[in-house]
Amino acid sequence: MTDDELIWRVAGGSGDGIDSTSQNFAKALMRSGLNVFTHRHYPSRIRGGHTYVEIRAADGEVPSRGDGYNFLLALGDSFARNPSEDAYYGNEETKPLTENLDDLREGGIIVYDEGLLDEDDVEDLNERAEEEGWHVYPVDLRGMAREVGREVMRNTAGVGATAALLDMDLDEVESLMEDAMGGDILEQNLQILQQAHDQVNEEFEHTHDLQVPTGTNEEEQVLLSGSNGVAYGALDAGCRFIAGYPMTPWTDVFTIMTQNLPDFGGIAEQVEDEIAAAALAVGASHAGVKSMSGSSGGGFALMSEPLGLAEMTETPLVLIEAMRAGPSTGMPTKPEQGDLEHILYTSQGDSCRVVFAPGNIRECYEQTRTAFELAYDYQIPVMVVIDQKLSGENRNVDESFFDRQPDPDPGTVLTEDEIAEAAHDPSGKFNRFLHDTDKGVSPRSLPGQKGGHYLATGNEHNKAGHISEDPENRVAQMDRRMRKLDHIRDDLDSAEDSNQTTVGPDDADFGIITWGSSQGTVLEATRRLNDDGKDVKAIGVSDMMPFPEAELEAFIESVDEAMVVEMNATAQFRGLIQKELGRFGPKLTSLLKYNGNPFEPAEVVEGYEAQQQGEEDTPGTNTTIQPAAGD
Amino acid sequence: MSAFNAIGEEREIDSDEFTPGIEPQPTWCPGCGDFSVLKALKQALPEVGRTPEETLLCTGIGCSGKLNSYLDSYGFHTIHGRSLPVARAAKLANSGLEVIAAGGDGDGYGIGANHFIHSARENHDMTYIVFNNEVFGLTKGQTSPTSPKGHKSKTQPHGSAKSPLRPLSLSLTSGSSYVARTAAVNPNQAKEILVEAIEHDGFAHVDFLTQCPTWNKDAKQYVPYVDVQESEDYDFDVTDRREAAEMMYETESALYDGEVLTGRFYVDEDRPSYSEEKQAIGEMPEEPVVEQYFDDDAEWKRSYDLLDRHK
Ligand SMILES: Cc1ncc(C[n+]2csc(CCOP(=O)(O)OP(=O)(O)O)c2C)c(N)n1
Ligand code: SF4
Ligand SMILES: [Mg+2]
Repeated sequence: MTDDELIWRVAGGSGDGIDSTSQNFAKALMRSGLNVFTHRHYPSRIRGGHTYVEIRAADGEVPSRGDGYNFLLALGDSFARNPSEDAYYGNEETKPLTENLDDLREGGIIVYDEGLLDEDDVEDLNERAEEEGWHVYPVDLRGMAREVGREVMRNTAGVGATAALLDMDLDEVESLMEDAMGGDILEQNLQILQQAHDQVNEEFEHTHDLQVPTGTNEEEQVLLSGSNGVAYGALDAGCRFIAGYPMTPWTDVFTIMTQNLPDFGGIAEQVEDEIAAAALAVGASHAGVKSMSGSSGGGFALMSEPLGLAEMTETPLVLIEAMRAGPSTGMPTKPEQGDLEHILYTSQGDSCRVVFAPGNIRECYEQTRTAFELAYDYQIPVMVVIDQKLSGENRNVDESFFDRQPDPDPGTVLTEDEIAEAAHDPSGKFNRFLHDTDKGVSPRSLPGQKGGHYLATGNEHNKAGHISEDPENRVAQMDRRMRKLDHIRDDLDSAEDSNQTTVGPDDADFGIITWGSSQGTVLEATRRLNDDGKDVKAIGVSDMMPFPEAELEAFIESVDEAMVVEMNATAQFRGLIQKELGRFGPKLTSLLKYNGNPFEPAEVVEGYEAQQQGEEDTPGTNTTIQPAAGD
Repeated sequence: MSAFNAIGEEREIDSDEFTPGIEPQPTWCPGCGDFSVLKALKQALPEVGRTPEETLLCTGIGCSGKLNSYLDSYGFHTIHGRSLPVARAAKLANSGLEVIAAGGDGDGYGIGANHFIHSARENHDMTYIVFNNEVFGLTKGQTSPTSPKGHKSKTQPHGSAKSPLRPLSLSLTSGSSYVARTAAVNPNQAKEILVEAIEHDGFAHVDFLTQCPTWNKDAKQYVPYVDVQESEDYDFDVTDRREAAEMMYETESALYDGEVLTGRFYVDEDRPSYSEEKQAIGEMPEEPVVEQYFDDDAEWKRSYDLLDRHK
C-alpha cells in the first residue's frame, strides 16, 4: 500500500450517472500526467441497486484496483426502493455510505451527500471515524445541484467537493465537461462544479493530508477498457464482420464493433440467438471476410456446435468469451474465471482450437490481433477469453501504442491462378483438404472463385471434401488438423515477445502463477512481496491452448513451491497445468476467489503468507486456499 | 478487378455442369423424393444463368442435407438446423453469390425454426428449400414437426398428440416475400418454382413435398396433386396477404385430408431485401465486403483514428 496514490470511490445508485462522472474524473487525472485504473462494481439491474466505481491514480504503475480506497464520495441512491433495514435486497439507501466501509483506509476521506444520506442511519459512523482517523465531510450536494440545475447534477457537485479537498485543479474537469455537453446543461454543471468547490473550501478546514498525486507522464495517453482493446485489435486485424446477441459483459465488445464497423467498410449483425451468431460468423468467414462473434458463458454454451463446425471445416473464426460468475445466469455483472474448462473442451470430439486469455488492455489488443492472424493463417477457430473485470476496467495506455498498420491479409487463400495450378480431385472438385501439407494447412478457395469449388462439411471428409469414413483418411485428416497446434505453439514460442508475463527475480524459490485478468493484481502483489524482502516471482499466463509447456515447466521447475491464483472454485487452471505437464501435483497449491469481486493485491500477499506458514485455512473471508495434491 | 471471376460470367450453362465429374452413388433410398429436388435444382440453376462456381448451396443435416454431395457447386453441409445463418452470412459477405439453403422439415421447422423465422423476417435475398417429407428420415422415421396429429413412430408410440406446424403460414407471418409449395411428384412445376424462387429478390421459401417411402408416405400418396394457379377451384391473389393467408391455411389442412395443393402462395416483389435495407441506413457497403481483401487500393481504416474519444 502506497501513500502517494489516490483511490477514489464514488458510490451511489445504478442509474445515477456514476459511470460518466467517474469516466471524466479518471480522464482528468490521466490528463494531469497520472496513471489511472478503474474498477467498476454494479448490480444486474437498470435502476436502483448499489453501484460504485473506484479510480486508482498514481505516478507509478497501477496494474490493479489496489487495496481498499482512501477517498469515498457517497452520493446516495436516488432509486433506492428498499429503505427498510429488513428489506429483501437490504437497505440500499445507506449502502453508498456503508458498504465496504471497512475497506476505507486509515486516515481516509469521506464526503457524503447530506441531502440524501443521514449519518444517523449509519451505525457509529463518528466513533468509527475517530478510531480509523477518517475525515468526514458532510456536504449538501443535492441541495447545490437543485439550486442551480437538476438533482442529477449532484455528481458534479461531488466532483467539485473532491477537487477542493484534494487541492486539485478544476481546469481538466471543466474542459472534459465542455467536450461532453453543451448549452444550459454545461453552464449549470460548470456553475455547480465551481460552487461546490468554493463552498467546501470555505466551509471546511482540511483536517486530512491526502492530496492528489502529481503525475509525470509526458506522452499523450488514452483511457480504454479491455473491451476497447479487444475491439480495436479486431478492427486493426482486418475484421469486417461481427454477429452477436447481447449478454453482459460481452455486450461491450459487440457494441464497440457494431458502432464502428460500418465506417470501416464492414457489417455488424445482431441476430436471433448465439447459435445463429456463431453460425453467421462461420458463414461470412467461409465466404472470405475476416469474421468474429462472441458471448458470455451462457451464450457461448450455445455456440458449442458452430465452434465444432469451424474446427471440422477448418473455417477461420475468432470468438470472444467474456466470462462472468456462473453457473447458469450466475451473477451477470460479477467477474469470475470459471469458464476455462468450458472454453477449452466444449463441443464434441477432440478440441482443435487456440485459446488466449489476455491479462491487460494492451494484451487484449495484441492477442486479438494474433488471434485473427492465426485463425486465418491456420484456418482454425481462435478464442480470446476475457471477463467482467477486464472488459470493464479502464487504464491509460500510450496513444502511440495504437499507431500500427492494419492487417488486410485474408490468410491462406489461393488466387484463381494458383487454384488452376493446384490439385483437383477426379470428380472435378478442388482438393481443399489435402493430407500432407506444410504445417497442416491446406490450400483454401472461396466461393465465387473460378476452379475452386468444393464441399465443406462437418462430417469427416476426404481431400475434396466428400464425406468419408475411410479409416486411413480419418487418421490422416485428424493428424493434419491437430498438427496445426504444434506449429502454432512453435510460432508462439519463437515470437519476439512471449504472451506470458513474468516478474520477480529469476532465482526466486517461490512462484505465483495466474492467468488472464488476474495478472495485474498478482504482479503487483509480487512486487510488493519483493519490496518486503520476500523471494518470489510470478508468471501471468495467456496461452491456454496450445499450452506453453516449455515456459511453464521451466518456471515451476525453478521454484520449490508455487501457488496458482485464479477466480474460480475448482482450481481449473491448476488442473490444466497438471494435465498438460503431467506432474508437479505436490508442488502446486491454489488461492481461489469466487465471491464476485476480483482479487486485491493484499489478498494475494495474505494468501502467500498463509501458504508459507503451511496454513490450509482461508486467510481472509473472501479467498480460499486449496492444498497441493498428495501433500 | 474482382477476385471472384466465376461471379457474373455470361455464358451458356449446361445442366450437366452441376453433376460431379464422377457421379456419386446417392445414399437416398429408391423412390425417395429427394432425387426430384436435386433434378429440379440442376435444371433451374442453368436456366437462371448461374454457374456452379458462383453458387453456394448450404444444407443442414438429414437425408435432405446430402443434397450438396450430389450437386456440384460450392457447398457447405453445416450442422442440424443451421444452414440458414451460415447461408445468409455468406450472402452478406459476398453479395455476388447465388446463395441457396436447403434442409429437412425437422431441420428447418424444428431445431432450426428460430433461424427460419428470422431469416424470413429479415428478407435475405436467397432461396430456402425445405424437403418436407413429414418425418425425420435420416434418424429412422421419428415424428417431425409436420407429421400429422396421431402420427405413430417409435418415439410417438401412441400417435403424436401434437398438431402439425403450418409451414406456409409461418413463413408468411415471419416475412418471407415469396412462398410456394411444390412436390417431388410434379417435376415440371418444381423446376419452375425453383427458377422463380432463385430469381426472386428476397427470401424465397419453397416447401418441397418429398415423399419418404422408407418411413412415411410413398409417391402415390402425393398424387393427385393440384396446382392452385391452374385449378379452376381456387382463385386468390398471390400478392394479397390476406387472401394468401387463407389459401395457405386451406392448403395446410388439406394435406392431412389427402389433398395435395401446390403452387405459389405469396409473392411480394416490392419488399426491399435485407441488404438493400441495410445499405439504405448506411450499415452495409455497396461493394461486396469480401472484395476489399483482394483490392490493393482498398483503404484500411485503423483504430488509431478513433482515439480522440479516449483522451
Ligand atoms: C443437434 C443435433 N441433434 C440431432 C441430430 C440427429 N439428427 C440428424 S438428422 C435428424 C432429423 C432429420 O430429419 P429432417 O430434418 O426432417 O431431415 P430428413 O432426414 O427427413 O431429410 C436428426 C434428429 C443431429 N445431427 N444434430
Ligand atoms: S429415409 Fe426417406 S428421406 Fe431418407 S433417403 Fe430414404 S426415402 Fe429418402
Ligand atoms: Mg424430414
